[in-house]
Amino acid sequence: MPAKKKYDAIVIGGGHNGLVNGSYLAKAGLDTVILERRHLVGGAAITEELYPGFSFTTFSYALSLLRPEIIHELELTKHGFMPLLMPSTFAPTEDGDYLLLGQDKNENHHEIARHSPHDADAYDAYGHMMEQVVHAIRPLMDSIPPDITSKDPEERARMAAIGSYLADLPPGVLHDMIRLMTGSAADILEDYFESELMQGLHASSGIIGTKVGPRSQGSGLVLLYHSFGEHDGAYGAWAFHKGGNGGFTQVLARAAESFGAEIRLESPVDHVITKNGRATGVVLSDGTELDAKIVVSAVDPRRTFMDLIDPRELPSDLVENIRRFKFQGTSAKVNFALDGNPTYPGLEGRSDHYRGFINLGPSLDYLERAFDDAKYGWYSQKPYIDGCIQSNVDPDMAPPGKAVMSCFIQYAPYHLKDGDWDEERDRFGDTVQKTLESFFPGFSDLVLHREVVTPLDIERVVGLTEGNIFAGEFLAPQMFFFRPAPGWNQYRTPIEGYYQCGSGTHPGGCVMGAPGRFASQQILGDLAKKKR
Amino acid sequence: MIRETPFHPRTSAANQTGLWSHWSGYLATDRYQMSDKFEYFAIRNSAAVIDTSPLYKYRITGSDAETFLAGILARDIRKCRPGQAHYTVWCDDDGWVVEDGVILRHSDDEFMLTAAEPNMAYLQDLAGRMAVRIEDVSDDFGALALQGPYAREILRQLAPEMEEIGYFHLIPAKVGNAAVTISRTGYTGDLGYEIWVERDDAVGVWDTLFEVAAPYGVIPAGQTALLIARIEAGLVLIDVDFHSSRYAWNDDQRTTPHELGLGWMLRDLPSDDRAFIGRQAIERELADGTSRWKTVGIMVDYEDWNRVYGERSLIPPKDHTPEHGGMMIYDEKLERIGYTPSFVYSPMTQRHVGIARVRPEHAALGTGVSLEVTIDHRYDVVKAHVARLPFFNPQRKTA
Repeated sequence: MPAKKKYDAIVIGGGHNGLVNGSYLAKAGLDTVILERRHLVGGAAITEELYPGFSFTTFSYALSLLRPEIIHELELTKHGFMPLLMPSTFAPTEDGDYLLLGQDKNENHHEIARHSPHDADAYDAYGHMMEQVVHAIRPLMDSIPPDITSKDPEERARMAAIGSYLADLPPGVLHDMIRLMTGSAADILEDYFESELMQGLHASSGIIGTKVGPRSQGSGLVLLYHSFGEHDGAYGAWAFHKGGNGGFTQVLARAAESFGAEIRLESPVDHVITKNGRATGVVLSDGTELDAKIVVSAVDPRRTFMDLIDPRELPSDLVENIRRFKFQGTSAKVNFALDGNPTYPGLEGRSDHYRGFINLGPSLDYLERAFDDAKYGWYSQKPYIDGCIQSNVDPDMAPPGKAVMSCFIQYAPYHLKDGDWDEERDRFGDTVQKTLESFFPGFSDLVLHREVVTPLDIERVVGLTEGNIFAGEFLAPQMFFFRPAPGWNQYRTPIEGYYQCGSGTHPGGCVMGAPGRFASQQILGDLAKKKR
Repeated sequence: MIRETPFHPRTSAANQTGLWSHWSGYLATDRYQMSDKFEYFAIRNSAAVIDTSPLYKYRITGSDAETFLAGILARDIRKCRPGQAHYTVWCDDDGWVVEDGVILRHSDDEFMLTAAEPNMAYLQDLAGRMAVRIEDVSDDFGALALQGPYAREILRQLAPEMEEIGYFHLIPAKVGNAAVTISRTGYTGDLGYEIWVERDDAVGVWDTLFEVAAPYGVIPAGQTALLIARIEAGLVLIDVDFHSSRYAWNDDQRTTPHELGLGWMLRDLPSDDRAFIGRQAIERELADGTSRWKTVGIMVDYEDWNRVYGERSLIPPKDHTPEHGGMMIYDEKLERIGYTPSFVYSPMTQRHVGIARVRPEHAALGTGVSLEVTIDHRYDVVKAHVARLPFFNPQRKTA
């Protein structure tokens, strides 16, 4: 038997949060190993050459919520960090019109006014409201929430501090915040916009990754969450990382290694070893044992608590909460290698409208109907599509003159009522392609290669339970104090030395890195306390 | 009358913003499309085409051309062999910088000097009896910079002979049917080339270049994009980072090569007995240690930047638009120790950075300083430190 390797810390899962966490631990001097099940790091943030010369962002495809502190603290620019500006947003209608937003405020004003002069003005008011709410809520997102179950005076004081903070906000901002956190995206957007296209465009951020329609309560929170990010100080703006989001996780991997972390690929973990209520290491699927006093799970809460350890070692209320934790993945990807950019009628010969998000969701009704299918257990017959042709911004992504297109699709519920995803995969791909064809006539003639990624594929390949892209739904009872469970929202677990750092912890999903960073702060803080 | 560059038929068609500035009496595009930052990213991510034709260009020929230039330029032109280029300054008798420019050496006795300002009289007055001819060919040539990581891959498809040329080398080549010179030079700090073409062939070269380049996402980039890139590259700009000694009103406005961070041009001074204008003054400056400034990079502490804006409930700005002003720099006692004539939020470093001038005793890398900012009409100071120039220096630039 090979000699057992001893580490200070073992991180299970080489997704972006595992890499961030491992980087911080290594930077603090811990002998750290990051264990990745697959042949490449990145988890759901990977780039793969699935067709010669074409780089596919198989799953996650754009960057915004990454916390700026991480860029600096992990010195990511030294390792190739490069978020590229997406200068346009293109939203076609079903009748051949479109909305094309760019980087010039006044040009946008005129473009929106083509659809509604009212909305051209309201656009600024809406943007200002969102910025104020985001600015107000950022300090809460950018800190570890108190433990709502704790009687500890310090935790109680932190609870009180949040109350004071909220009470000190301008009343209008607090009210808008509550509207967003509790209401539907449609309610908010209808307060501002009269044009269906403007409503549809903005409502799409309220449904992404979540099993809600734009008129469902709770979609406001999803809308708000997607606005937390920034690109170079522009709140709510998104970027394509050079080389896709896989390019970004490669940057993280280089940073982790530069701090001395070891990354072991093709090293699936079978379970965490516990002894007398504390973690002592892990056992890999091939039986190899690795020892460490710190074990960090970067995988989702279901796997963290139900697979990697024996739930019988956990308090029953935690087990019950994790059992009830909603995953219900509802998103899919269909990615294309294309012979060139698609043509939009009236914009022939141009490609400047394809340098950012291409939003196929022209109205609240369109999105809500897409959701109707999902409510009853089937995928949308005319799905919402968030398209990105990254090759128009990053020439590394496809051969010259060709195009690679990432399409995020909703809705595609994990549980199909009458069928299964292995049988439906191609038909689902056809449905998506047919929808694209309806907006971009001739689209199918351009297709060189198609990759359909169903929620089942997300689960199988990445390991995200039920294919939920956020490692757990963004529903109010699963956020902040409650992510992933009351009493266990501070990255610790009931097993001493066993921590959690995945997107199933606060603040949540998207390529944000905050869970990995906060978890490292807890771990290092606990170690420091022990030394005292 | 404001002039048009040889590429004007194409640059004006591509300019969607209607924004132009005047550069040496020529129309120059500020930005072609609504996002100058997108044009900037073309430089760093694919490649961008920049019309640099407005530079003054002087052809200097004759059997004494080398001797003539060796007596004027601070950097030893005798070491610039045919097929090479130099970035150099020239100084006055007191060792103050007159100007900077790139000089291309086409052959033993043919050079082309570029400059931001007119220099014809200055050069002619220095020619004396030497066998040298100086012609102002500014209007005869267009210059097109292709800058960015894909520049080589694109250009070699048009002129395979350029593939091997090294950093600051040049080669005669053909683009389509046009005879051009391709030099591996530029003002972006990235892999890049400049194509020098006679006026009548300019539009054809633009068209031929874009035929190959467009599928790589190459776009024309305007002045703003170029100015962001040059600050990241630590390249100084006349009338911003320094002033020509010929037109300065006092010595505060003047600067020496060493003060400007260009002392490396004079590295060989001890082993080189060449007489050139300003040499004695420069030697005195070095011997007596009279340099008043050092040119350094300044990098802002991001946490403190967030703090000063956060305290006023503002979103901390990260503006990529270069500020050519003169933000004051202070030491820990809030004594003034310098200023930063060029300042920008640098996308490649994700930091606010500046090309700065500080007193020599504060110039060590890592020295903590305070930078004056104005927020809501109130002065505040933000922490920063002295950093290495250039801020961005990819291997591909010289590889």
